[in-house]
Amino acid sequence: MSEAMALLAIFTLAIFVGFEVVSKVSSTLHTPLMSGANAIHGIILVGAIIVASHSHTSLELGLSIAAIILATINVVGGFVVTDRMLEMFKGKKKS
Amino acid sequence: MSRNLYDLMGLAAAVLFILALKGLSSPKSARRGNALGALGAFVATIIVFFYPGEKGKLPLDNLGWILGAIAIGVVIGVPAARMVKMTQMPQMVALFNGVGGGAAALVAIVEYIKLGSSASFAAVLATVFTVVVGCISFSGSIVTFLKLQELMTTRPVILPFGRTLIFANLAAVIGVSGWVMRELGTSPLLILAGLSLLFGVLFVLPVGGADVPIVISLLNAFTGLTVAASGYVLEATLLIVAGTLVGASGTILTRLMAEAMGRSLFGTLFGAFTQKAQDATGTGEERPVKSGSPEDVAILLNYARRVVIVPGFGLAVAQAQHTVREMADLLSAKGIDVAYGIHPVAGRMPGHMNVLLAEANVPYEQLVEMEEVNPTFAQTDVALVVGANDVVNPAAKTTPGCPIFGMPILDVQQSANIIFLKRSMRPGFAGIENELLYDPKTTLLFGDAKASLTKVVSALKSL
Repeated sequence: MSEAMALLAIFTLAIFVGFEVVSKVSSTLHTPLMSGANAIHGIILVGAIIVASHSHTSLELGLSIAAIILATINVVGGFVVTDRMLEMFKGKKKS
Repeated sequence: MSRNLYDLMGLAAAVLFILALKGLSSPKSARRGNALGALGAFVATIIVFFYPGEKGKLPLDNLGWILGAIAIGVVIGVPAARMVKMTQMPQMVALFNGVGGGAAALVAIVEYIKLGSSASFAAVLATVFTVVVGCISFSGSIVTFLKLQELMTTRPVILPFGRTLIFANLAAVIGVSGWVMRELGTSPLLILAGLSLLFGVLFVLPVGGADVPIVISLLNAFTGLTVAASGYVLEATLLIVAGTLVGASGTILTRLMAEAMGRSLFGTLFGAFTQKAQDATGTGEERPVKSGSPEDVAILLNYARRVVIVPGFGLAVAQAQHTVREMADLLSAKGIDVAYGIHPVAGRMPGHMNVLLAEANVPYEQLVEMEEVNPTFAQTDVALVVGANDVVNPAAKTTPGCPIFGMPILDVQQSANIIFLKRSMRPGFAGIENELLYDPKTTLLFGDAKASLTKVVSALKSL
């Protein structure tokens, strides 16, 4: 299998996993789930770091540094905000 | 770090992301799921610093810049996430999604600049796709943020020639995409980015306030797909897995949300292309309403056997969740049966109201979901609507063509008395007149929800 086909296989399998894991969710959890998924795509940070490391011109470096800042806000802020939402749900169970 | 170890750690991070989404799908495991996701992101970010380069060269180039940029991102992101009010959560999610899309687009622009003439067609296609969709996600999310923060109108914005404009814009995006894929050049790519940003704005502008959460969820899925495409170009398997997971689960979630709100996904998303003028805002003529004093409201409540409280965004804005609980406790102590009727999209997003009331320690068993509470309204003496409007508006059943038509509502009109706590006669978020306000069994109590409730509580105590 060529490299490209292997990546395509991974992509296809991940689609099915993605469909499967969230198929039954109560509407109560829609907002936190969206927020959590939102944080996960902040992992574009890894891509931003890779391109920043390979940047040689100041244009490339400038753009990739901006990408790192935005991606970090997405991933860090996303997980923190989701945790704050879910903290509320936990308090509810105790009372 | 050897290549195998690096790939194994990447695989572990991918598994953590899957477990995170799985965990987030159930209330018991949700918080742990989120923590697993954060752990996965942490592992993935740490190992990239030990990425085994071509000659096994370590560390990464431009290390100082990279670490500095991460520090800036943390300094902005963490306080923003910690300090945002619970009521402003939806727009915060929109904003985080937007910056993620922007990051993906920037990464793709740099990738594009670096693409040599030897680049495969698939790599060029994936790069251009990421630039286009990342830009749409970025500008679209910014517009949803502005709508939710009420920095701009929450109503659908229908531009003159809007339909022609968006079709022309779409054609331009496709045309320029073909151009930049044939002849690699930086300036055409920037034109493409500009056109895509414009498309994001035109796409979201015609969406009405009530549909905004669905659009955020869709843009979230879009951003996921751009991350997957970036992963393909960078040959980073983890990015493919994480991005695809978000893209796929985001698509399902978008559909689930649209179902919960009784909205047609197609109608919501392609409103921009059909541009049907949606007008059900009423004639605006003055009609008599029955307004009452806090004492009147207290008496109605005091002699009821069953009271259903319908909380809406107005309650959240007034931070009245604690006062409403105080009132509910008082009524319970008098032997009155009290329940909260929670509409799936009460507040601004599915589940938003549950979060707010949980914050005020409202007992879990008093929060009743729409399907369960609706059959009980006929036996309810008083339905107390606190700062809600669209979710009880019968227009959703009776007025075909109005923006909320088809949305399931709480059937408060079946209860013996209805009390609305409202700031003014202004229509709700969706901008539609509510006939229920003019119903003879409706009593209106004007004012800030918290101030009104405080007066009702003291009136109840003196009865």
